[in-house]
Amino acid sequence: METSIYSVIAFYGLAITILGNATLVVFARNIVHSVLFLAVTFIAMGGLFLLLDADFLAAVQVLVYAGAVCIMVVFGIMLIQRADMKATNQFNRQIFAGGGLVALVVAMCAVFAGRTAWTELVAAQEVPAGTVQFIGELLLSKYVIPFEVAALLLLVALIGAIVIARDEEVKANAGD
Amino acid sequence: MMPFDPSALTLEMLTAVLGLGVLILGLIVPKGSRHGLGWLSLLGLLGITGVAVSMWGDSRELLNGMYLVDNYALFWKITFLLSAMLVILGCMRYVDEMGGQAEYYSTVIFATLGMMIMASAGDFITLYLGLELMTIAFIILVCFRKTDVKSVEAGIKYILLAGMSSAVLLYGLSLLYGLTGSVIMLEVSRVIAMQPVTPALILAVVMLVAGLGFKISAVPFHMWSPDVYEGAPTPVTSFLAMGSKAASFAILLRLFVAALPGVWENWTMVVAILAAITMIVGNLVAIPQTNVKRLLAYSSIAQAGYIMVGLVTASEAGIKGVMFYAFLYVFATVGAFTVAAYFYNVTGSDELKDYAGLSQRSPLMAAVMLVAMLSMAGIPPLAGFVGKFYLFKTIIDGYLWLAFIGLIMSMVSVYYYLRVALVMYRDEPVDPTPIKLPSPVAVTLIVAMVVTLVVGVYPGPLSEVVNNAAHSFFLH
Repeated sequence: METSIYSVIAFYGLAITILGNATLVVFARNIVHSVLFLAVTFIAMGGLFLLLDADFLAAVQVLVYAGAVCIMVVFGIMLIQRADMKATNQFNRQIFAGGGLVALVVAMCAVFAGRTAWTELVAAQEVPAGTVQFIGELLLSKYVIPFEVAALLLLVALIGAIVIARDEEVKANAGD
Repeated sequence: MMPFDPSALTLEMLTAVLGLGVLILGLIVPKGSRHGLGWLSLLGLLGITGVAVSMWGDSRELLNGMYLVDNYALFWKITFLLSAMLVILGCMRYVDEMGGQAEYYSTVIFATLGMMIMASAGDFITLYLGLELMTIAFIILVCFRKTDVKSVEAGIKYILLAGMSSAVLLYGLSLLYGLTGSVIMLEVSRVIAMQPVTPALILAVVMLVAGLGFKISAVPFHMWSPDVYEGAPTPVTSFLAMGSKAASFAILLRLFVAALPGVWENWTMVVAILAAITMIVGNLVAIPQTNVKRLLAYSSIAQAGYIMVGLVTASEAGIKGVMFYAFLYVFATVGAFTVAAYFYNVTGSDELKDYAGLSQRSPLMAAVMLVAMLSMAGIPPLAGFVGKFYLFKTIIDGYLWLAFIGLIMSMVSVYYYLRVALVMYRDEPVDPTPIKLPSPVAVTLIVAMVVTLVVGVYPGPLSEVVNNAAHSFFLH
């Protein structure tokens, strides 16, 4: 797979966008702004998938993450309702210890990943032009068991959400 | 590719149907008769266990090794089913008082299903989804008493840390996929055997150890477990302590011994050290505890340390030791926690000082607590002794120091277990009213005690079954 100069430029552009916005998510003073930066991060991630020719994944990334997840987070913020929006994204004294530790872990990961000759290992295959139908076929043939398990997982998560969010009528019939 | 044979999934399908059935029935039947759902779940699980036993010896691979049906998986599945049944049987009254029976029982069944899928998973995706099915179900169960601050706090702690550890595990798995180009464990092991050990592979193994170390609450990944164990409803704690831990050991063995052979041998020292720290910290921190649930939580951390000893050699004998001990551990744990749950039901307290004179108030409860704890400490002739014997036998040559640590820490554990016994047997009760046990609780306690005693005195049959299961592990 030859790499054109355009895809290299696109990759670095997207990488900077992702890292910059991810940093802003953490450092923004207002938590609503954090969510907006998060949405940008997710969309840029979708761009990365596009670069890898995974068009379906890119669409899912934008729809589910940038769309659904961010809106859910916004709802969460609205429901919790802090009086002072300024005091939402706070730091405490652990920031230096935590930051140092994270920097160490990232550095270690970078060293280990950098010293691996990936190109010799990964079977670099051409991605077919349209991926959706292949993903669909795989989901119901080779990956049918995980597919069904995922369905059950969602059901259980739904039951859980209802159990936790349900009004306290449970307590009233506890005795019967 | 072999044709897809759904009959290999009989157990999983039956369990899923049972879980859905209980949920739907809960919506249909009137509120007054919902306590029957517990009995229905129990009978259903009993039937499924029967089917599981009849499938013994069946060995198949589905979809080129994506799903492995063998005696190893089957043994774990039977263990999970038994623990789910004991949890349901021992705690029906507790659940009736808590309310929400349909959701509770179906979530327990789905958690069991998640564990069963983990035991059979032959690829990373199935493994991860099984794990998440179990974890999500447990998160719901942990915060089931949502009017109780402790329960909600435990739920939040569990969901955050479980999410974090799942992320670490996923990073490890995706690195492995990137290195080998396959998610199927048997293929991964073939590819890894052919290529040199790369730095990224080391990174992947570190992440897998960290992610799974959280699930088995090995030190230093144990911080969550005392808080979660204390805050969760006691039946859930007992299921969490045995089922979740046993299932995590099942996939730990699969991942490291089946998917990463050759790599794993370089890691035995790390596992030995982790096992040693887990035993030491678990046992030493258990000593000053005054809350029985916290004490049992730390003791279960120590128990995970003992089981990890079997992972050090990761031979057939080691796997046998792990399975044998996990099986016993289920019964000892269910005994101890059922006593704690019922005691809480009656008195509303988990404090050790309130257990004073329990032997006069309810001789059976005190006796079961004593037998369970002595078995965990490894006192002969109880089952825990045989289990520890099988585990430590595998490391006598090469890791003698670990066996010594295990021995010393077992002696330390006798101290705090006997402290509970002293309070129960020596002290005079503040409130001498006898505690009357309903028959399901009594049956659970007697089953737990009898199994612990019988396996301790006569370990032959179980040992043979476990041998057979451990042998089937290497046949793929």
